[in-house]
Amino acid sequence: MSANFNLKHLLGIRELSVDQITYLLDTAETFRDVSRREIKKVPALRGRTVINLFFEASTRTRTSFEIAAKRLSADAVNISVSTSSVSKGETLLDTARNLEAMAPDCIVIRHSSAGAPQHLARFCNAAIVNAGDGAHEHPTQALLDALTIREHKGRIAGLKIAIVGDILHSRVARSNIYLLSKLGATISVAGPGTLVPPEFAELIDQGVTVERNIQDAIDGADVVMILRMQRERQTEAFFPSMREYAVHFGLHLSHLSRAADDAIVMHPGPMNRGVEISSEIADGGRSLILDQVTNGVAVRMAVLYLLAGAGKTENGVKKTQNGKNASRGTSPTIREGSSDSKNGSKEKKEKTRNSKPEARN
Amino acid sequence: MRLLIKNGYVIDPAQGTNTGRNLLIEDGRVVGLSSHSEPAPEGCEVLDATGLVVAPGFIDMHVHLREPGHEYKETIASGAAAAVAGGFTTVCAMPNTNPINDNAAVTRFVIEQAERAGLASVLPIGAITKNSDGAELAEMGEMKDAGIVAVSDDGRPVPTAGMMRRAMEYARGFDLPVIDHCEEKSLARGGVMHEGHWSLVLGMRGMPAAAEEVDAERNCLLAELTGARAHLAHLSTRGAIDTVRRAKAKGLAVTCEVTPHHWTLTDEAVADYDTNTKMSPPLRSRDHIEAILEGLRDGTIDVVATDHAPHHADEKALEYDQAPFGIVGLETAVGLAMDRLVNQGVISLERLVELYATNPAAVLRLEDRGTFRAGARADLTIIDPEFAWTFDASRSKSKSRNTPFDGYAFRGAAVATIVAGRVVYLRPGFERLTSTAPKALAKSRSR
Repeated sequence: MSANFNLKHLLGIRELSVDQITYLLDTAETFRDVSRREIKKVPALRGRTVINLFFEASTRTRTSFEIAAKRLSADAVNISVSTSSVSKGETLLDTARNLEAMAPDCIVIRHSSAGAPQHLARFCNAAIVNAGDGAHEHPTQALLDALTIREHKGRIAGLKIAIVGDILHSRVARSNIYLLSKLGATISVAGPGTLVPPEFAELIDQGVTVERNIQDAIDGADVVMILRMQRERQTEAFFPSMREYAVHFGLHLSHLSRAADDAIVMHPGPMNRGVEISSEIADGGRSLILDQVTNGVAVRMAVLYLLAGAGKTENGVKKTQNGKNASRGTSPTIREGSSDSKNGSKEKKEKTRNSKPEARN
Repeated sequence: MRLLIKNGYVIDPAQGTNTGRNLLIEDGRVVGLSSHSEPAPEGCEVLDATGLVVAPGFIDMHVHLREPGHEYKETIASGAAAAVAGGFTTVCAMPNTNPINDNAAVTRFVIEQAERAGLASVLPIGAITKNSDGAELAEMGEMKDAGIVAVSDDGRPVPTAGMMRRAMEYARGFDLPVIDHCEEKSLARGGVMHEGHWSLVLGMRGMPAAAEEVDAERNCLLAELTGARAHLAHLSTRGAIDTVRRAKAKGLAVTCEVTPHHWTLTDEAVADYDTNTKMSPPLRSRDHIEAILEGLRDGTIDVVATDHAPHHADEKALEYDQAPFGIVGLETAVGLAMDRLVNQGVISLERLVELYATNPAAVLRLEDRGTFRAGARADLTIIDPEFAWTFDASRSKSKSRNTPFDGYAFRGAAVATIVAGRVVYLRPGFERLTSTAPKALAKSRSR
């Protein structure tokens, strides 16, 4: 499989192949167990350095990446915008080059500008992981959502997914549309007309169904994903009031009566309870919101492991593109990946349990 | 001093000339055309243009030379050098410098700096409103006396129809064309690229085509109301080009221009977030390019201009949404027209000369430019339609390198540029043209 997982950076889902996505999800599954143990640590990335470079406020994602790095025994350094030199007028590129001079193996970046990770990837040697860039992509969120869906539904192909809310400004929506459609799901989106441009119908070759009414999108859905509504969109005149938004575009229990019987509800957080999602749903039996958070750590462990670990030699010296595969043999999680996500994952879990990353050292 | 351009193929649409002719110039002015068989007059230097096209000097009526105020991006001298290297003999400098060219003192400064540089002729464009704030009219009369050829608040579109009406009425009295960057700000604000499929994919705020189209329509309505000459800058949308087509059918004094990058690249070029694809108006989708090509063919589009907008590499090395708008264009404009239009059969060479010389001279009422009529300025652009070359931005004469066309291969180039009778540029490899006229070149090089 490793031949198919030839990825230096994780910049977005759009460019990934089905094999690469499946391999990331399968790897994440093997890491999920680490967090369930008493000693939640494996030595897979011992001696590697991961920098979390966050230019946007974030609690969940930053903490998730930090915990993921630490559970892999990497040294994790967090830099947030308020304490960085950006406030002194330094450019993103200079900040990154200075950090790179300290030889990190991986830079995880969140930035309000779409394309900021691509910008760094063009000029830096470290592996770049996109932790959310503007309204562009949030690949690890889509991976953790897919992992969560796969865990509960056993598959992604053939599912109907409804994504509701501010699609226009949502990197989560874009990454999920790419990922879930690549794995064979069909997607419907709905929300206020100002935030769901009809052009979304042609975002991907397979097409996206754009609904005006959220109930139409939810009808028959196996998965309902609710997006966060940002209050500043109201002052930008995208909708008149949070109250009206809650009434017309918030998810209520009644909506779910026409979803699939075993429909699940997801939200990338942080939630505005009573706005885009009612508390009875958020806290109810169909909600997988906390499972998503748990899976977030596993997905980020997999991403860091594959990008900061598997492509490197033991002494940490980066190999050239051609030399990359040389170190692959040392990776304990290498196995044939499958583009068929229907095959459940239990047997694979068994298969890989004996070859956990900790076996290495 | 007399110079004979012999054995060339002369295209001068203003006189309906499109045939092999010798061109004689003396003391910076055109003497006249004669047949190839006629012997060279005595005592004149000779430039052998066998196999080349000889056209009236090209005029780029829309450039940003950045001086005064932003000399780290470009100076009038470096911009003029880039102009002649690209085949332009005249460029019109937009007023968005620091200070803004909204008064006669700045106008005179620009003209003096251009005279000092001594390469391309630089004609200033004055601001429409003071400080281009869109609130009070600038002193158009005094600026005209000092040498401006048009007024524009380029980059800061005149915000209200009421202000634009007054500007057109006032400019009409001085016979100045009013050039507007058509962009309805309330639609385009915050946008960094064309609004469409690619802005959704890339997650960046788009500028809808309607932002340009609404303002183009407004300006045509006001041209009708006021009777002023309105020139719509760098149009990029099907709707705005249609609007101009209708305005012309009504007989209004409306003209327009397009840039080479808008017919060459689509918004898909933004896909890897290269900030050298960021400009305003933005790169549009394929359908808008088709509309531009139609407009170039059917005459709706009068002029090609570059919107040459130098920015320092540091400024462009920012996140896409933070980087400034604009690309340089002087040295690739003729190559893109020859390679993508003439050599693809989209337009004829004669039409190219209209777009680059005849029509900009007419829009700006530059009576002695854009033609080889006897007595006209001896400004010439000499073209080798087959010359194959590759653009190397690192060798640009401009101080800035912000171009998406670095490394592009072209067929067709301007190979010699003559300004007021002086050979100011010869493309490397074409020095032989003046081997019989060493003095003409030596003189220009010594400046």
